[in-house]
Amino acid sequence: MPDQLLFAIEVTLNGLMAGVLYALVALGFVLIFKASGIFNYAQGVMALFAALTLVGIMEGQVPFEHLINATFGTEIHGFGWEVPALLAILLTMVTMVLFAWLVNWLVLRHLVGQEPIILFMATIGLAYFLEGFGDMMWGSDIKALDVGLPQGINSWIDETTLDLFGYGFFIDNLDIAATIIAAILVAVLVAFSQYTKQGRALRAVADDHQAALSVGISLNFIWVLTWSIAGFVALVAGIMWGTKSGVQFSLSLIALKALPVLMLGGFTSIPGAIVGGLIIGVGEKLFEFLVGPLVGGATENWFAYVLALIFLVFRPQGLFGERIIERV
Amino acid sequence: MKKILTTLALGATLAAGPALAELTFPSLSYRTGPYAANGIPFADGYADYFAMLNARDGGIGGERVNLIECETGYNTEKGVECYEATKGEGALLYQPLSTGITYQLIPRVSADGIPMHTLGYGRTSASNGKVFPWVFNYPATYWDGASVAIKYLLDENGGSLEGKKIALVYHNSAYGKEPIRTLSELATEHGFELIELPVDHPGQEQKSQWLQIRRERPDNVLMWGWGVMNQVAVQEAANIRYPMDQFIGIWWSGSENDVKPAGDGADGYKALNFHAVGSDFELYDDLEEHVWSQGNAAGAGDQGGTVLYNRGLYAAMIAAEAARKAQEIHGVSAITPAQMRDGLEQLEMTEESMAELGLAGFGPTFSASCENHGGSGKAAINQWNAGEGRWEVLTDYIQSDQELIARLVEEDSMAYAQENNIELACQ
Repeated sequence: MPDQLLFAIEVTLNGLMAGVLYALVALGFVLIFKASGIFNYAQGVMALFAALTLVGIMEGQVPFEHLINATFGTEIHGFGWEVPALLAILLTMVTMVLFAWLVNWLVLRHLVGQEPIILFMATIGLAYFLEGFGDMMWGSDIKALDVGLPQGINSWIDETTLDLFGYGFFIDNLDIAATIIAAILVAVLVAFSQYTKQGRALRAVADDHQAALSVGISLNFIWVLTWSIAGFVALVAGIMWGTKSGVQFSLSLIALKALPVLMLGGFTSIPGAIVGGLIIGVGEKLFEFLVGPLVGGATENWFAYVLALIFLVFRPQGLFGERIIERV
Repeated sequence: MKKILTTLALGATLAAGPALAELTFPSLSYRTGPYAANGIPFADGYADYFAMLNARDGGIGGERVNLIECETGYNTEKGVECYEATKGEGALLYQPLSTGITYQLIPRVSADGIPMHTLGYGRTSASNGKVFPWVFNYPATYWDGASVAIKYLLDENGGSLEGKKIALVYHNSAYGKEPIRTLSELATEHGFELIELPVDHPGQEQKSQWLQIRRERPDNVLMWGWGVMNQVAVQEAANIRYPMDQFIGIWWSGSENDVKPAGDGADGYKALNFHAVGSDFELYDDLEEHVWSQGNAAGAGDQGGTVLYNRGLYAAMIAAEAARKAQEIHGVSAITPAQMRDGLEQLEMTEESMAELGLAGFGPTFSASCENHGGSGKAAINQWNAGEGRWEVLTDYIQSDQELIARLVEEDSMAYAQENNIELACQ
């Protein structure tokens, strides 16, 4: 097989894997938009906050340590224990549920019935607040995150492809883990929404708020539930991206990677987020491989948006989004 | 009652406001945003040094230092706002810690007559004092960095890089593009192939670049990165099993922040530096005694001894010594920005002067002049020891190719002078 073709296959496979990571971020947006019509600007910061909380708990960090020391002149430097990753993940999930409840109690319930743009603005405020709050709570240094996920080249794929084609493909173990976890996550989400009472209530609210209210579904409960699930998805995305680059404040910028995915896949479709992520991942990587060298490289960021815009022109609701029908 | 309240308000304002006849140094810092993890240690080091001078010596030459911090978030527009907001406070010297902000401030500081020090960053050709009389970028510039890296590689390869491939992974910004010109010249001179690999901000996704490195198998990789781009690059290099001792970062890609997230995978990674690492200096005793133990440490007080904290200390030390020089030249303690510029221009850092300051061997020796605002152009190579969790100094300070750099600086700065109708100084 010609070298260029082998390289293109390798790039495509890596694009698919990168797409899964983008889709993980986009999923959080979709869940909240679907249930409440809110475009949650804070989704990226939620991933950051979840990852910061996870590392903080794992390392036995005292929340607001710097603030306490500065205010009271104390010399607190952690609890002096370490928490196993699994327990820390569970505790972080509890924190994200608490966060969801607070968001609903302090912000959203006061904005019921407001225009979507008002709700969007509220999430912008929430994003900046949460970023500063996370900074005060856990500090802004870069933290290594190790929950036991494998990283580095997958030797089996490398050796097998080397034997077959004379060129060993690079696939990152972390990307493989992310793909498996994303698949499980989507399966669980689909099962939850199809086969549980709460899931059906969530879908009912997504279809029609007023009708759902009229049959006794609590909007408050559904919103807390949705934001909790989005918080959980944010935690998963935070773990994946945080393992890759360390947990740091630029983690919140992963939201930028989700926007073209949403434009392409639609804001209301879980399969759309997955397929959109894969198309963006493969598209940007292949474009960079084929065209990048001719135009000086660094095409990925803008090409993802070009690709999304092309889809948008032909399908404004996205690939899997609900069709917009206006009747007079 | 109204009178009492007015008096109280006035009193409070006076108490809160800066005392007269202070030496004002604005610090355009970034303690928030995606680059905060790097901005914080630098800002802490910068602030702690001045706090130590105030506490230990009563300031510089009898004048207390007034440090004004302004948060830029590493955002160029905010940086310019900070400049405009603080320049009227009697600012003596700006230190923007961002090449983007530097480019925006160069015409402003030149028009306002306020000096700016861009310690190892900013516009390289600003080292030509004839064209940029208000800008200083010693002790070394990006072009020095590129030249030192290639000189080091020449040494490592028996004096020849003929036929070698060297990849440059760079932040796709004014900062990241700075070394390309020098490296292109050096590639022609030494016969190596330069592969340019730009990474878009912020740099969290670099799979394409590292797959290309894996395919092309360059002999060495150089990196001009900042923030998350560094951590991801080091991790990706480890992932593709690129030999870390063949991977060299510029000094802004060589802090603990850049290597720790990759754990053992980062072991052996190299980076340039123009100052010492660690806290084994007499000055640290003074910091402990006069600042930290008094509860006056900047920030959380937990950055001492890190690479970027030391860089902040070094920047503040240079600013303080230039102010001292200005006081000496003009025979006044309350110096003006123009007098501060004279101090910067006649600054000389020797082994003796650094030892007197409790920083023996901390940086390269250099002396500035009206023409030379770029210093000696020396840098050392450090290597990360993941087991010990510290940077180790591999080489002495290596002198950059001064002939080449001087020619490039002259070409670039004179073109700038022509475009902007600048009358040359130092005539």
